[in-house]
Amino acid sequence: MATAAAATLKRVRSSSLVDAVGLLLLAGILLWLVVEFFQDPTRFINVGIIGLTNGAIYGLVALGYTLVYGILQLINFAHGDVFALSGLVSSTVLVSVLGMDADTGVLMVIVGMLVTLAITIPLFAIINGSIERVAYKPLRHAPRLAPLITAVGMSFIVQNVSLAIYGVDFESVPPFIPRTAAITIGDVVIQWNKLAVFLVVIPVLATLTWFVRSTRQGKAMRAVSQDTEASAMMGIDVNRTISVTFFLAGALAAVAGLVYLLQFNMRYDTGFELGLIAFTAAVLGGIGNLTGAVLGAMVIGLVQAFNEGLDGTPGSDWTRSIVFGILIAILVFRPQGILGERTPEGA
Amino acid sequence: MSERAQAGLGRLQSDRRIVLIAALVVLAIVYPFIVEGLQDLPVIGDFVPRTGSMVVTLVVTIMALGLNIVVGYAGLLDLGYVAFYAAGAYVAGWLASLQFEGVTFHLGSTVSNELPGIHISVWLVLIVAGLFTTLVGILIGLPTLRLRGDYLAIVTLGFGEIIPQVVRNADEDGLGFDLTNGTFGISPIDSLGVGGFVFRAQSNRADLYYWAAVGLLLITVFCCVRLRDSRLGRAWIAIREDETAAAAMGVPLMRTKTWAYAMGAFFGGVAGAFYASFKAGAFPADFYFNFSIFLLCMVILGGMGSIWGVIVGGLVLGYLNIEGLSTIGAKIQDAGLDFDPTKYQFGIYGVIIVAMMLFRPTGLIPERRHKVELAEGVHDTPLYDVQHEGTLTDRGGDDG
Repeated sequence: MATAAAATLKRVRSSSLVDAVGLLLLAGILLWLVVEFFQDPTRFINVGIIGLTNGAIYGLVALGYTLVYGILQLINFAHGDVFALSGLVSSTVLVSVLGMDADTGVLMVIVGMLVTLAITIPLFAIINGSIERVAYKPLRHAPRLAPLITAVGMSFIVQNVSLAIYGVDFESVPPFIPRTAAITIGDVVIQWNKLAVFLVVIPVLATLTWFVRSTRQGKAMRAVSQDTEASAMMGIDVNRTISVTFFLAGALAAVAGLVYLLQFNMRYDTGFELGLIAFTAAVLGGIGNLTGAVLGAMVIGLVQAFNEGLDGTPGSDWTRSIVFGILIAILVFRPQGILGERTPEGA
Repeated sequence: MSERAQAGLGRLQSDRRIVLIAALVVLAIVYPFIVEGLQDLPVIGDFVPRTGSMVVTLVVTIMALGLNIVVGYAGLLDLGYVAFYAAGAYVAGWLASLQFEGVTFHLGSTVSNELPGIHISVWLVLIVAGLFTTLVGILIGLPTLRLRGDYLAIVTLGFGEIIPQVVRNADEDGLGFDLTNGTFGISPIDSLGVGGFVFRAQSNRADLYYWAAVGLLLITVFCCVRLRDSRLGRAWIAIREDETAAAAMGVPLMRTKTWAYAMGAFFGGVAGAFYASFKAGAFPADFYFNFSIFLLCMVILGGMGSIWGVIVGGLVLGYLNIEGLSTIGAKIQDAGLDFDPTKYQFGIYGVIIVAMMLFRPTGLIPERRHKVELAEGVHDTPLYDVQHEGTLTDRGGDDG
């Protein structure tokens, strides 16, 4: 009894010490951000806008991880590569099929992007669903490591499919969405291509939220992610629900691929690093938690932008280390993430 | 059948096994003498690897055996094993090259005594690299090993990504002190040698390194067998099969898992230092995520936890990676097809991983216990979970 109490006490003490160190570190970073803000507010806000834009893209990919993890407790390593392939396909559709270039009119740009999405969303929903069907479904009752290892293998397969189709060169699209200022407040500038990201991402997130909160299928997804067996007993078709989840994740990856193209070039292995960043974002927000994934992605986007854009930081050479350092730190100090995870185990 | 007859049969089988192993060892040792004869053979001759390629193949096999301790024995998925390779290679770079010109320290080295920098006998460096890497393994393991399996995988992956970036950046610009010589890497690293007999200065240097690698592999295999049958090894397998039951039987989870990391890391470090000495350099471009997956693929192809399986997996994939795929590619192109398998090597490994997990999860040469686990299922819900440290988080229904 006494030893148990002592052990509990020790645990409480050590965890509060850990928390204190973590909070101190966080306070230091916030202080530094405030100082940076007052030194040069314009630059700070401009860098922040870059961070939020990237964060919005990461968020779409992070949602794919978090949806699948919430239901299957599987880190779907292939997701980042599905995203990369979708971006490459989008570039083909935009440039080669629709022939869009810098001179295309506004209306045509909007129609062209909608057409692209109309092609890539179903295509990648099906591809992602097929991956689940072929590679993960047979392993549903295997030890937990088995599907995880398979996911790593799948990631390489998808990546090499991209490599086989598109080669090693970077693909890009002509700036049919101009990089001119859309909104100017003082010296703070929001460019059209950044604004376009939000114009695409926000309706998508709204639709996703509506789907998960308000439809029968969304309700089924939430039920399965809370307790697979109980939902099966209540008459929910678990296999179908899992498939739908993968369809959704694939669709989100397709949207992310398109908006990523508006900002950056991409090639076959873009998805690996971006996937890891997005996964970090999902864990940061609390894996399985949809709002958390987007929030985490915004935080990661800001961290990356501040690291690369402000003074007194390690700079872009270290971005990857910082992102993974954050990942490790969260998993060690606060594994449930900012908003808390929602998995069967965490419920 | 009487018990005696059965015991006799068992002995006969083990005798045959010893003969088989001895024959393989002899074959391995004489390989450099027969390799040219083999290469002259019709049809298969082109596919016989050079001795230099065999050195690399053996080195990666040693690494795969080290990874097998972590993944196969203890059931902890490590996706950042390349970090240990990097650590070993850079220890060799620090202790046996011109890297630290400020100091001149020689200990049994094969180079001239006037050369600046630290030059310690590479044989000794192998052990130091192993110990240093063990320390790295423990440092990585201590904060992370209480995470559940999939989180552990992603954290090790994170370390596997951070460490190469650190070595790439830890030069004058990034650190203010030239620790790793940045993107250029550390080169040249001293050669193995005995007294004044320097391997690299000999005309048959590949053969000499090859024999050293065979020796290292034999030591590794011996250690793996002994570890597997030891108290520690049985504790690893117990944890892999059922963490809750193992803890209930008094197996200290954290300590045992940390040991798995430490031992696995040791071999990674030794092999990394050896490889660095063979290549005469430690270059950051070598330490990329795909290498970890390459090693994981060997373990899965051979059979998780199965020493002989992992050796076969390591030799096959090591050979394919260094020489086999390009040979096959040349044959394909000779046949008039435009397909280069080396370009898609990781796609091929991906296919191997997925196919093995789906159709033969126990690997080519299954380990008996593992086979039972996969057939009957195990209770592999981790005892220590991230959000309820020290409490049972039994989801139930997994032990079906």
